[in-house]
Amino acid sequence: MQSLAKRDRIDMLLKIGRQWALIFLVAELVFFSLMARGFLSLNAFQIIFFFGTAIFLMATAELFVIITGGIDLSAGYVMGLATIVSAKLIAAFYQSGMDSLSSIILGIIITLVIGLIPGLINGFLISHLKVPPFIATFSMLGICHGVSELLISEKAAKNLPLLANEIGNGNFIYFVNGGGISFFSRPEVPRGVKVYEFLPNVVFISFVFIAVFAFILARTKFGQHTYAIGGNKDAAIRSGINVNRHIVKIYMLSSFLASLAGVLYVLKYVTGKADAGASLLLDSIAAVVIGGASLYGGKGTVWRTILGALIIAVLETGLRIMGIPTFDKYIIVGVILISAVLIDQFFPEPTYEE
Amino acid sequence: MTSSLNQMIEESRLLKVIARNWAFCFLISFIVLFSFTGRGFFSIVNFQNIIHLSVIAILMASAETFVIISGGIDLSIGFVMGLSSVTAGKIIQIMFNSGNFSPAFSIFIGVSIALVVSILPGLLSGIVISKYRVPPFIATLGMWGITNGIALKICKGFPVAMLPDSLTKIGNGYILYFKRGDGFSFFGLPYGVGNDKIREYLRLIPNSFIFLIIILLVLWHLLKNTKFGQHTYAIGGNEDAAVRSGIDVKKHIVKIYVLSSFIAGIAGVFNVFQTGIGNFTTFGAMYELFAVAAVVIGGASLMGGKGRLIASVIGVFLIAVLENGLLISGIEPFYRYIAVGLLLILAVVIDELFPDLF
Amino acid sequence: MSYLLETKDITKRFGGLVAVDKMSFGVKEGEVVAILGDNGAGKSTLIKMISGVYPSDGGTIFYKGVEAKIHTPMDALAVGIETIYQDLALAENLNVYSNIFLGREKTKKKFGFLPVLDHTYMHNESVKVLEKLDIKIPSLKNNVRTLSGGQRQAVAISKSIYWNAKVLIMDEPTASLGVAQQKQVLDLVNSLKDHGLAIILISHQMRDVFEVADRIIVMRRGEKVGDLIKKETTTEEIVNLIVGSELVN
Ligand SMILES: Nc1ncnc2c1ncn2[C@@H]1O[C@H](COP(=O)(O)OP(=O)(O)OP(=O)(O)O)[C@@H](O)[C@H]1O
Ligand SMILES: [Mg+2]
Repeated sequence: MQSLAKRDRIDMLLKIGRQWALIFLVAELVFFSLMARGFLSLNAFQIIFFFGTAIFLMATAELFVIITGGIDLSAGYVMGLATIVSAKLIAAFYQSGMDSLSSIILGIIITLVIGLIPGLINGFLISHLKVPPFIATFSMLGICHGVSELLISEKAAKNLPLLANEIGNGNFIYFVNGGGISFFSRPEVPRGVKVYEFLPNVVFISFVFIAVFAFILARTKFGQHTYAIGGNKDAAIRSGINVNRHIVKIYMLSSFLASLAGVLYVLKYVTGKADAGASLLLDSIAAVVIGGASLYGGKGTVWRTILGALIIAVLETGLRIMGIPTFDKYIIVGVILISAVLIDQFFPEPTYEE
Repeated sequence: MTSSLNQMIEESRLLKVIARNWAFCFLISFIVLFSFTGRGFFSIVNFQNIIHLSVIAILMASAETFVIISGGIDLSIGFVMGLSSVTAGKIIQIMFNSGNFSPAFSIFIGVSIALVVSILPGLLSGIVISKYRVPPFIATLGMWGITNGIALKICKGFPVAMLPDSLTKIGNGYILYFKRGDGFSFFGLPYGVGNDKIREYLRLIPNSFIFLIIILLVLWHLLKNTKFGQHTYAIGGNEDAAVRSGIDVKKHIVKIYVLSSFIAGIAGVFNVFQTGIGNFTTFGAMYELFAVAAVVIGGASLMGGKGRLIASVIGVFLIAVLENGLLISGIEPFYRYIAVGLLLILAVVIDELFPDLF
Repeated sequence: MSYLLETKDITKRFGGLVAVDKMSFGVKEGEVVAILGDNGAGKSTLIKMISGVYPSDGGTIFYKGVEAKIHTPMDALAVGIETIYQDLALAENLNVYSNIFLGREKTKKKFGFLPVLDHTYMHNESVKVLEKLDIKIPSLKNNVRTLSGGQRQAVAISKSIYWNAKVLIMDEPTASLGVAQQKQVLDLVNSLKDHGLAIILISHQMRDVFEVADRIIVMRRGEKVGDLIKKETTTEEIVNLIVGSELVN
């Protein structure tokens, strides 16, 4: 009787332990609320998401790849390439006399299509030529880096339409103090009337896509096959899944999300940079691992990955508000990354026995 | 097609040797090619230059060779090198500028401490990997962030300058200085000759080269001729078999990451001597990834169990000659990234096509 | 004659699962004891405890009547217990003699101080042991990857013999071998028996067991359910014990 109660307690502890990331996030929020002046505000929270868009997207990209047991080292430089390609395209369209909105939309769409190519090649190398993911995507990293520098060296993208900036730094909803709502554009108000900004556009766009991919992973056959391949590739092949084709799709998906992050970067900062996503490798893999995925594949969910990404994004913004140099961020993320695996081993998932 | 090619290679001894040493053959062909396309490519001065500039990459690749043979990967070496470089730089800077210590003593202390410090990341990674079963990729990626952060904290985000001149004199010096009709001297220009005349002298054998050779010989011996090396291969080939044969695999893995980290620390010291300042590692440098690339081009497999030190060095030279040759031939340097990428894929595909050769 | 190796109440749990439950048995010099049981009966787990791969959760192991504390594979090797595993445990990327000497490599001093691997010695010693057991392998310098299943088996066995095994544990030595190769291995077992070794053999092949075993032990769900002299039992009796007596009635 007593031992049963004890076992229940242990089960309870394990259950709580498995939610350590959530607990950690809450602790982090409490910590920064107490330590960082001005952290506890709607604005600061929006900033966390605003600066975090790239981490969220890249982590989601990496998640799909990691579930299949692979890794994508190239995502950061695919993102860099996308910033440059889209900046150049938008500028070119705009200068050729197209209006702002069309040149932005067209530029983005073409970039996103081009952004599928690195993933296509990665996927082909990995699935058909049996190149290890690490090697294939590192090669692709080099190639994207090279192409980016090549494109910049010719002529840097200048004179992007102002509208790009407005979209990138604009919000989805504006509340006017004393009544009135406006979508997308800041309403004209008399001086002194306060306008509350809500939901930055880039955050909105990111989360629409992330939600779609979360749905795909959790609810569709595609998602099911992704887990199956990561769990046991041979079994997946024998159950008639076209594993090669699926892997190609996964890497295309990853490079699509990386390109999307690149495009949003251009809207935010109105410039392209080859290494715009270089430091995101650590962040995105850390987010996925903190979210409980395993590099051996077969495990992980989008929402937990977002939780992991949020831990890093909160850390980044919190430290910035406290005025601590971001050097510390690397150390802390590194420590969390390693600890994540250790903690997960400490709180193993239940193995279903009778 | 593959099988008939395989058969052909099986039958011909020469083809077999070529296929097994394709990286070396590529190296030779590149040298021949660039000798035609690039002015001044084929010269002792340029070759010495290539070696001098490859020293760090070679050390990194050597470190990675041990780890990869054991079936792991070490992503932290690039930043460990930065950590070692800024640690040495900072200590030398403080001691030297305090005026209380001679340059030689400051350098000695700075370098010693940097080397000791550089062991720590490997020790931690090794313990976390072997004892707590954290995948090497994660453990060393974590260490990637940690060492980078610590290095940046030490140097506050700026290179550590104001160090003794003697650093670069040694780091960029040559064993032999020679001018036709004018005699020669060792370790420096002949007495009384001004630095402005340095271009008139033929400088032979960079100092760094000698140190590098010594280090490589030690590592080569370790990998090829000792129990340590044999066990490294065994662990990479079949960790279970190694455990069951009574090898203390956990301890061995710790040793391997310590070694790798230590070699990266040595690279950091080389870096201080060559540049005269303590440098932190930038994100774009990707030393660790280029090191992995060189090792794989040299025929190692990321699955572990195979790889040769000499082949890894050839892998580095292949990349270095390609870069240097493209540069001298007037081709945009950005193509180097692309070229390395293609080489790497080629390496793996060749390995995939002829699995029995290696 | 008393047992050379004996276990008393040895137990292993994996979480809630009791893989081996208070198992007691023994094996004498020059005797082949076969352990039979269905998949998951706990055979591999049992021998992994004896060979130090898993620590036991209770019970004792005796060697020559004295308690042997076996916590690591090294402890087992030191006692003289050698194991040929189901998955062979050879490093396929190393050559034959390197595998025979794995973990106990012979070194010599070069220039009087520098320890280097003594390849010649290891090669020649390996040739000797292979000859003694009448095993034929083209070149000991070939990687194990290039050998056939039977040859690998023979390499693994030679390794144990060379290191003076007193107790030899074999987990499914004939699984995945061709008919001719199976016979070679069984002949080898018989000749090892003549050399005075105590052999514990795990196999699903009833025919093999009846060919070489002196005694047969049956396990079910981690427990010993039968310990029979081969000459006094039949295949049917054994099968009934393996699948469970409820089917008999
Ligand atoms: N490392 C482990 N962790 C958890 N459970 C294990 C482990 N090893 C074995 N088991 C479980 O212990 C039980 C006994 O397994 P064991 O491998 O000893 O069976 P076996 O008799 O050798 O079977 P087979 O004939 O299939 O080889 C099985 O239920 C197995 O699932
Ligand atoms: Mg078994």
